[in-house]
Amino acid sequence: MASSDVARQPDKGVRSLSLAGHVGFDSLPDQLVNKSICQGFCFNILCIGETGIGKSTLMDTLFNTNFENFESSHFEPQVKLRAQTYDLQESNVRLRLTVVNTVGFGDQMNKQESYQPVVDYIDRQFESYLQEELKIKRSLHNYHDSRVHACLYFISPSGHSLKSLDLVTMKKLDSKVNIIPVIAKADTISKSELHKFKIKIMSELVSNGVQIYQFPLDDETVAKVNTTMNGHLPFAVVGSTEEVAVGNKMVKARQYPWGVVQVENENHCDFVKLREMLICVNMEDLREQTHTRHYELYRRCKLEELGFKDTDSECKPVSLQQTYEAKRQEFLVELQKREDEMRQMFVQRVKDKEAELKEAERELQSRFEQLKRLHAEEKAALEEKKRLLDDDLSSFGKRKAAAQLLQAQSLTANGKKDKDRKNSGFM
Amino acid sequence: MSEATKPQPQAKGEKTPISDTSYVGIDAILEQMRRKAMKQGFEFNVMVVGQSGLGKSTLMNTLFKSKVSRKSVQPNVEERIPKTVEIKSVSHDVEEKGVRMKLTVIDTPGFGDQINNENCWQPIMKFINDQYESYLQEEININRKKRIPDSRVHCCIYFIPPTGHCLRPLDVEFMRHLSKVVNIVPVIAKADTLTLEERDSFKKTIREELRANGIDVYPQKEFDEDAEDRMINDKIREMTPFAVVGSDQEYQVNGKRILGRKTKWGTIEVENIAHCEFAYLRDLLIRTHMQNIKDITCSIHYETYRVRRLNESNILFTSNPPDHPAAGEMSCCRVQ
Repeated sequence: MASSDVARQPDKGVRSLSLAGHVGFDSLPDQLVNKSICQGFCFNILCIGETGIGKSTLMDTLFNTNFENFESSHFEPQVKLRAQTYDLQESNVRLRLTVVNTVGFGDQMNKQESYQPVVDYIDRQFESYLQEELKIKRSLHNYHDSRVHACLYFISPSGHSLKSLDLVTMKKLDSKVNIIPVIAKADTISKSELHKFKIKIMSELVSNGVQIYQFPLDDETVAKVNTTMNGHLPFAVVGSTEEVAVGNKMVKARQYPWGVVQVENENHCDFVKLREMLICVNMEDLREQTHTRHYELYRRCKLEELGFKDTDSECKPVSLQQTYEAKRQEFLVELQKREDEMRQMFVQRVKDKEAELKEAERELQSRFEQLKRLHAEEKAALEEKKRLLDDDLSSFGKRKAAAQLLQAQSLTANGKKDKDRKNSGFM
Repeated sequence: MSEATKPQPQAKGEKTPISDTSYVGIDAILEQMRRKAMKQGFEFNVMVVGQSGLGKSTLMNTLFKSKVSRKSVQPNVEERIPKTVEIKSVSHDVEEKGVRMKLTVIDTPGFGDQINNENCWQPIMKFINDQYESYLQEEININRKKRIPDSRVHCCIYFIPPTGHCLRPLDVEFMRHLSKVVNIVPVIAKADTLTLEERDSFKKTIREELRANGIDVYPQKEFDEDAEDRMINDKIREMTPFAVVGSDQEYQVNGKRILGRKTKWGTIEVENIAHCEFAYLRDLLIRTHMQNIKDITCSIHYETYRVRRLNESNILFTSNPPDHPAAGEMSCCRVQ
C-alpha cells in the first residue's frame, strides 16, 4: 500500500553526491505546495447507510457547514445515489468536496440488488476518468476528478453484529473504494456493549475477507497515531449541528433528559478521531490509494476485458495501438455486417408489406366483382318481373279492349235485337 | 438512475467559508502533500548544449555545488571532440535538508564542433523525443508502474558564445527547432569577456533575433497563468539570456570564501549580481521555477508529443481521415 515505489536504493549508474553548499532545491516541496494551492483540491466522499441513520448530519458536523439536505422517504423502490458538490475554503486552501449519499438503501423488501447502484456509480466515475486519460487531446490537470476517494459505511447500532446486507455490500466494494466503517448513532450503545460490538464487527469483517481501509503506517511522523487509530476502528460517531451550552461554552451536542452527548468529547464518541483521520492526517493518502490502487485495478480489468494485452501469445510485447487497430477493424467489419443485415431485413419487410397490400387489393377487387354480379342479377330479376308485369299489363289491356269491343258489339246487337223485337211486336 | 448521480459542480453559493468557531482541518492537506513529496523525492533532468570549451561542465558544477558533470565522473578519459553529436547522461542522487532529488545532467559533446554542422540538432531532438516515447509507452501499458520513471528532459540550457555581435545561424536553427519540444534557457557563456555595455547590447540583439525568428524560450509568454505570474515572468524575460560565469574554485574575498575566477585584474565573484547573472539563473532554475519547468514539460510539451504521436499512428494504420479522435472509437469499442 506504501507509495514508496521509487527504488530508494541507488540505481545502477546513479551516484550519491554530497553538496558543497546551499543549492536551494529544498524549496521544491514549497513550490509544489504553492502550485497545489493555486489549483485547489478535490475530495469525494460516498456515504452508504440506511435511511435516517445520520449520514447527512454527520457530513454537516464533519465539515462544520450546513449542506442542503432533504429528508428522504422510506418508500423508494430502488436504491439511488444523490451527489452534491460544494466549494469550501479554509485559510488559503480551496476544497471541492463532493458528497454522495445513498437514498433508500436498506428500505426495500428485497435487498439483493441494493449494492448494484453503488457499484455502478463508482465504476462510472472510474470510466469517465479512464476515457479522459485515453483521449488524444486531454486536459488531465483541469479535469474535475469525481472518483470516490473514501466511503463511509454506516453500521446500525444494533449492538450485536453486522447485517448480511452490510457484509454483502462491503464485500462488493472493498476492491473499488477505501471503506471506512463507522457505527452510527453511537449514543444508543453503552461503553461495554460498544467494545464488544467493535470486536465482533472487526472479526466478522476479517472472517469474511472484507478489506477495509487501513491507515498507512509507512511514514514515521504519522505511523504511531495511525496504528492507534487502526485499533479503534470502526469509529463510533455521533453527529449534531445543534449547539448546547455546557459549562460556559457552546458545544455541538445532543441533549437528552438524562444528559448531554458532546460530539467533540473523546469520552463520549469517536467523532474527533474520525475527523482527524479522515481529513487532517490521511486525506492525501486516501486520494493516492484511490488513484494508484483502485483506479489502476479498474483500468487493468477494463482494458483486459476489451482484449488489450501487454504481451500477446508469443510473449512479444504488443502495442496498445496494434491491438486497438485490430479491434477497430473487427468492429468496422461487424458494423458493416449488421448494416447489411438490417438492410436485408428492411427490404424483406417492404416486400412482405407489399404482398400483403396486394392481397388486400385483390380481395377487395373480388368482393367488388361479387357485389357487382349480385347487383346485376337482381337487376335482371327485376327486369324479368317488370317484363312479366308489362306482359300482364299488355295482355290485360288487350283483354280489356277485347272485352269492351265485345260489349260494344253485344250492345249494338242487343239494340238491334230490341229493335227487332220491338218491331216484331207490332205486327 | 433518475437522480443527479453525476456530480454537477454547483458552486454552492461562491466559497462557503468554514466558520472559525470550529477548525475542520482541511488545510492540513498541505502538510500531507509536503510529507508525501519529501518521501517520494523529486526528479530533474537538465540538458546542456553548446560548443566545446564554453564552460558547460563548470557551470553545472557551480549550479549544483558538486561535481555533477560528465567530466567529473570519468576524470581520466582523454578529452577528444567526437565526430558526431553524442548524448551522455549522468544521474546523481542529491539531498538537501531532507529533500531528495535525482538529478540527471545530459551532456552533448560534439555539438557545433564539426566543420559541417548542418542537422547537428537532430540527434538531440531524437533523444528528447525518445524520452517522451518511452514515457508514453509506459503510460499506455496495461500493467503499469505506480510511479513512471520520468526521464523526460525538463530543461535545456543553451550556451551562446560571447561574440558580442548576434546569434549565429547554428544558434537560431537549434533554438527554433527545439523550443517547440523542450524548455530552452539560453545563457551567454563566459560572460566575463564582455563589459557591461557590450553585454546589454548583445542581450538586446539576441532578444530581437529571438523575437524575429519566433523562438519562444522559457518562460514562454503563452503559459503565463495570471497577472502576477506574468509580472514575475516579464522581469525574467527582460533579463534573458543570462550572462553567466561558472567556477568551482573558492577564493578569499573580503574575508569570505566565495566561488570565483581569479585574474590579474581582479576576482570575478560568481554569486555577485553586480558581476554576473549566475544568481538569477540559479534562482530561476532551482529555487523558484523548477516545479513550473517540470509542469510545462509534463502538461504541454509531452502532451503535444502525445497528440502528434497518436494521430500519426492513426494515419499509419487506417485509411480513415486523421481527424477521428481515438477516444471516440475507443468508446465505440466499449459499446461493442
